[in-house]
Amino acid sequence: MKAVVWQGVNRVSVETVPDPQILQPTDAIVRVTKTAICGSDLHLLDGYVPSMVHGDIVGHEFMGEVVEVGSEVRKVKVGDRVIVPFPIACGKCWYCQKGLTSLCDNSNPNPGLAEKFWGYSPAGLYGYSHITGGYAGGQAQFARTVYADANLFKVPDGLTDEQVLFLTDIFPTGFMGAEHCQIEPGDVVAVFGAGPVGLFGIASAFLLGAERVIAIDRFPERLEMARTYGAETINYEEENVFELLKEMTGGRGPDSVMDAVGLEAQAHGMLGVADAVKQTTRVLESDRPHALRAAIMACRKGGTVSVPGVYGGLADKIPVGAFMNKGLTMKTGQTHVHRYLDRLTGYIQRGEIDPTRIITHRLSLEEAPHAYEIFKHKHDGCIKCVLDPWADPGDHEPTPAPQPQG
Amino acid sequence: MTRKDHEQRPQSGRNSSPAERVLFGGIGAGLIALSLGQRGQVGTLLATGGALLVAGAAMGQGLGETVTGVRRTEDDQIKVEKAITIGMGADELYAFWRNFENLPRFMDHLESVKVQDGEGQRSHWVAKAPVGTSVEWDAEITADEPGRRIAWRSLEGANVPNEGEVEFRPAPGDRGTEIHVSLTYRPPGGTLGATVARLLGEDPNVQIEHDLRRLKRLLEVGHIPTTEGQSSGRKGAMKAEARMYDNRRTS
Repeated sequence: MKAVVWQGVNRVSVETVPDPQILQPTDAIVRVTKTAICGSDLHLLDGYVPSMVHGDIVGHEFMGEVVEVGSEVRKVKVGDRVIVPFPIACGKCWYCQKGLTSLCDNSNPNPGLAEKFWGYSPAGLYGYSHITGGYAGGQAQFARTVYADANLFKVPDGLTDEQVLFLTDIFPTGFMGAEHCQIEPGDVVAVFGAGPVGLFGIASAFLLGAERVIAIDRFPERLEMARTYGAETINYEEENVFELLKEMTGGRGPDSVMDAVGLEAQAHGMLGVADAVKQTTRVLESDRPHALRAAIMACRKGGTVSVPGVYGGLADKIPVGAFMNKGLTMKTGQTHVHRYLDRLTGYIQRGEIDPTRIITHRLSLEEAPHAYEIFKHKHDGCIKCVLDPWADPGDHEPTPAPQPQG
Repeated sequence: MTRKDHEQRPQSGRNSSPAERVLFGGIGAGLIALSLGQRGQVGTLLATGGALLVAGAAMGQGLGETVTGVRRTEDDQIKVEKAITIGMGADELYAFWRNFENLPRFMDHLESVKVQDGEGQRSHWVAKAPVGTSVEWDAEITADEPGRRIAWRSLEGANVPNEGEVEFRPAPGDRGTEIHVSLTYRPPGGTLGATVARLLGEDPNVQIEHDLRRLKRLLEVGHIPTTEGQSSGRKGAMKAEARMYDNRRTS
């Protein structure tokens, strides 16, 4: 089969690799019909996630059709159209039972590595380095999925691949980011980063009752799309974000602030340069936490900072004094995708949200290196790329321009 | 009640044994003596290394033990204590463990345990040892409180005298049962031997942790997750690199 393979910093290639096989009786093989490149894949591309090995198949946003199941799989059948949440749940441990599936105790085959970095190991993830299990990813024609009964979710009739694809990661991630904002009636939410997760965070904040949402980014097409979701926008290259947020909220500051950027935040000034230099060494600092710093500073007293953005290791100069003295709450985490699926599928079925609106590019799997390139550099107005593993290069439907919603 | 064995064998505040302190103190002194004949950076390096070794020996803090985390008791044995929480009742877990023949299913270094009498008081253990050899011994149960605690120890004649104890404590809330394991053994070569073994990768501390995790996965999920045999685009040396990660740490 064809698969997108990590080949080192800034290099992915499409290669022919062996088809996946059932390795354990609870596995299922999925013929991938749609997959996507996620912002967090860029951290792999840029080499900031440790323990990637040349030749690893990447991709953790994918869905498709079940073509083979192991002998102990009961609920999932060959022929089912399924989505595959990116964190892997065993379904049995205390965390899975509590709906905290991205913290599953049992699904990471290499927990020792994660424990060295983070103290305890979270769940295994598809296509996301050996620290989270080293599972082959889904940017491929077929994928081995594990604990099928706990992890494969049947797509309701009448929904297209593209409508449900983002349920595997970015829609629930934006939603959990908004839920973590602990929104109350009248609340103003600021969202750093109007990429795919930020956009779903904006939409979700409104679904959860936010009165106003303010999006912060620097790319005009992203800010434009954020406005179509109903957000007010700030271009951080043109404005003093802190001052403007304060002014826009009557001097109070946003009630909650979401960092939908993560470990490769852009920053101006000396601190930004210092972060970039330190991160490049891979030793002095693994993460550039500029958005997190800004979120902590901007949040109103007693407010909540929500962090759906991915962080990997150690970050410097976190304004912990502001965090403590303002009495802030921080809520974080890889997304517990499984717990949100019913609710979010309902929003899609009722037409309350159209996840396909963020797709700007539809390409074949063969075009993945180009897709990574334009997605990383935001060329050609790229906000979100969907890959079709079975299409010929160039043979895909045109992408309609984004339309205002509602 | 159940803590007696631990109290009887207190942890030493020093992690290296008297024999090691003499050995490494001697090496340190030798290095300092050597450094006197050297000039420039080599001399400085030798003297610094020597001084570190002498200081470590004087304080009873060996570098190797500090790096490997060896914990020794006052009578120069190695003690390993680990705990894990498993989402099952104490009675079930006790019953599984009480049949010692189940232990090799999750204890990676054990080849077999054979129960030798009707009550299962005595058993014969075979464990893997470095360079493809094995170690065997007979053991007897020394304490047995159903649903709460099992303790055992090796009989006279064991090459590596050892004793162990497992306690099953109800975890708070609906979290299941905490399994607390404590093993004490006298390694060949004393704690110095244990430090060398640990530096070579035979680390009981890590082994027991992984064993308990395997037990949890076996009982909670039914099997241990693996990526062994999955497809990839790895070639040549990269396969070896990936193997360093894949399943090394749990199975």
